[in-house]
Amino acid sequence: MAQDTVSRDALGAQPPDLTELIRVAVPEGSIRADLRAVSIVWRRELIRFRTDRLRAVTSLVQPVLFLFVLGTGLSRLASRGLPAGVDFRTFIYPGVLAMSVLFTAIFSAASIVWDREFGFLREMLVAPVRRWAIVVGKCLGGATVATFQGLIFLALAGVAHVPYDPLLMLTLVGELLLLSFTLTAFGVMMAARIKQIQAFMALTQLFVLPLFFLSGALYPLNGLPPWLTVLTRIDPLTYIVDPMRHAVFAHLAFGQVLNRLSPGITWFGWSVPLGLSLGIVAAMGLTMLGIAIAEFRKTE
Amino acid sequence: MTSAISVSKLTKRYGEIEAVRGIDFEVAAGETFGFLGPNGAGKSTTIKILCTLADPTSGTARVAGHDVVSERDTVRRNIGLVFQDTTLDNYLTGEQNLRFHADLYGVPKVAFGPRLRQVLEMVGLWDRRGSVVSTYSGGMQRRLEIARGLLHAPRVLFLDEPTVGLDPQTRVSIWAYINDLKAREDITIFLTTHYMDEAENCDRIAIIDHGKIVAIDTPEALKASIGKDRVQISTADDPAAIAALGEIFGLEAGVHEGLVTFSVESGEHFVPKLFESLPVAIRSVSVSRPSLDDVFMSYTGKTIRDAEASIGDRNRRIATRFGRR
Repeated sequence: MAQDTVSRDALGAQPPDLTELIRVAVPEGSIRADLRAVSIVWRRELIRFRTDRLRAVTSLVQPVLFLFVLGTGLSRLASRGLPAGVDFRTFIYPGVLAMSVLFTAIFSAASIVWDREFGFLREMLVAPVRRWAIVVGKCLGGATVATFQGLIFLALAGVAHVPYDPLLMLTLVGELLLLSFTLTAFGVMMAARIKQIQAFMALTQLFVLPLFFLSGALYPLNGLPPWLTVLTRIDPLTYIVDPMRHAVFAHLAFGQVLNRLSPGITWFGWSVPLGLSLGIVAAMGLTMLGIAIAEFRKTE
Repeated sequence: MTSAISVSKLTKRYGEIEAVRGIDFEVAAGETFGFLGPNGAGKSTTIKILCTLADPTSGTARVAGHDVVSERDTVRRNIGLVFQDTTLDNYLTGEQNLRFHADLYGVPKVAFGPRLRQVLEMVGLWDRRGSVVSTYSGGMQRRLEIARGLLHAPRVLFLDEPTVGLDPQTRVSIWAYINDLKAREDITIFLTTHYMDEAENCDRIAIIDHGKIVAIDTPEALKASIGKDRVQISTADDPAAIAALGEIFGLEAGVHEGLVTFSVESGEHFVPKLFESLPVAIRSVSVSRPSLDDVFMSYTGKTIRDAEASIGDRNRRIATRFGRR
């Protein structure tokens, strides 16, 4: 074949003998092999995010609407409840920032459902690596992509009068990363069970807005009617929005004013420390990750 | 040298249904082995067990010298898989798909570059490695999957319907690559196909039906075992013709591919007698030497085209079964 001669010539100095490679290409399984799998599954998410610019833009539409349209529209009404000089948009900014990663994180988990429909999931599941490596790679990938998405929105902080203080930015990025990881783990856990993309999308819609509205992203957590108090304490998103708002206002206000703007989460009058709040989010993420791994480990 | 594949008393049960009912066979290293059977005969289930995608209910299977249950990961490192439905990431380039595979299979980083070039040149895709897979034609995607299946230098390559859904020219070129591969790599190929002309390429063939292996031998020996010629006639009244064939000649005829079909020892000598005695008008006659189609029909009672007619249903079934996992 002509093809053959061309390829031989093109190979040049490279070894034309395939058998040599055959013998070395079969290393034993190890933790390093699993970590390499984690890394490539993670990198694939990044490559796909990079090529999908439309998603990055469309995911920004909703938080921008909330912050600038709803925020501006309500600011005159809401300013009466706020200390003088504090913009309502500054108040809702941390909550809307959390929202900006909400959709992206859960939708990157939806790619598992796509992968299943288009067969690529099988390519991953037949590989000689532990299933946890695939699931962890996927969760880290989704978390990274969602955090990137959050960074774009974080760049708009100045418009909401949130200062670009390096320490504040670092704190917010860390919190975004934690939130994104937990949300992706939640999505991956659902994707293990839900096989149809339509069903997955419908369920996501069902979860996302209640999670957002009950999180205290748009209102302070104190002085609420008992039923709403209970619901906000059940919503996991509450436990990340509160530390984020605390971080923002700790840079802006002190003493009484800070307490009014960011009263913190209370359980029957006991105020939950920020560390515990973040710990709850992390624990939930890890639990859901564990469930997802167990689900994907099942064989026929 | 040990067998590449060794299956012993293998069974698989899905609830009430016994998909595989105790099969035994060996595939020698370096062999090209064809695995044929009608839909629902246990073919896909057997492949899934050999590829470690399903656990057997009882019995054992060893691939590349390792047990598919207790040494699952070792088996996985030693096999390459090309499934009938594509398992590529359409949003990545050809090279990115292969890099992903290399990392999952732990191909040493220094070996990746040269090996990538080797397998991509083998399937004629080296120049297109930077293109996103969604821009590839169906045949190119299948070739890329074959290249990917070979990337980690497996000892056994599973090809499940490697040419299904491809046009005839592409089928021919895929087979040119497979034959080239046999010449160049020290590899055992285990394949299923619906095309009997492709099965001729195999060193040996097994036919599975109702969960059991009904025939296993070289294509030549299988054809010789049938011994009879196949006669197909088109008549004015098929049921009457079938009845008459039974009464007058004691032959068991059936309708396949819309023609009355039966087997006789020596076809060309039988045809004159047929015209003499058959009370039904005959419109056309064809006589053929035993082919693998006849072998398949004689062992399973179906022509491969009858079996193929329901392939759509089968694909759907596989999809749902996969979905449920």
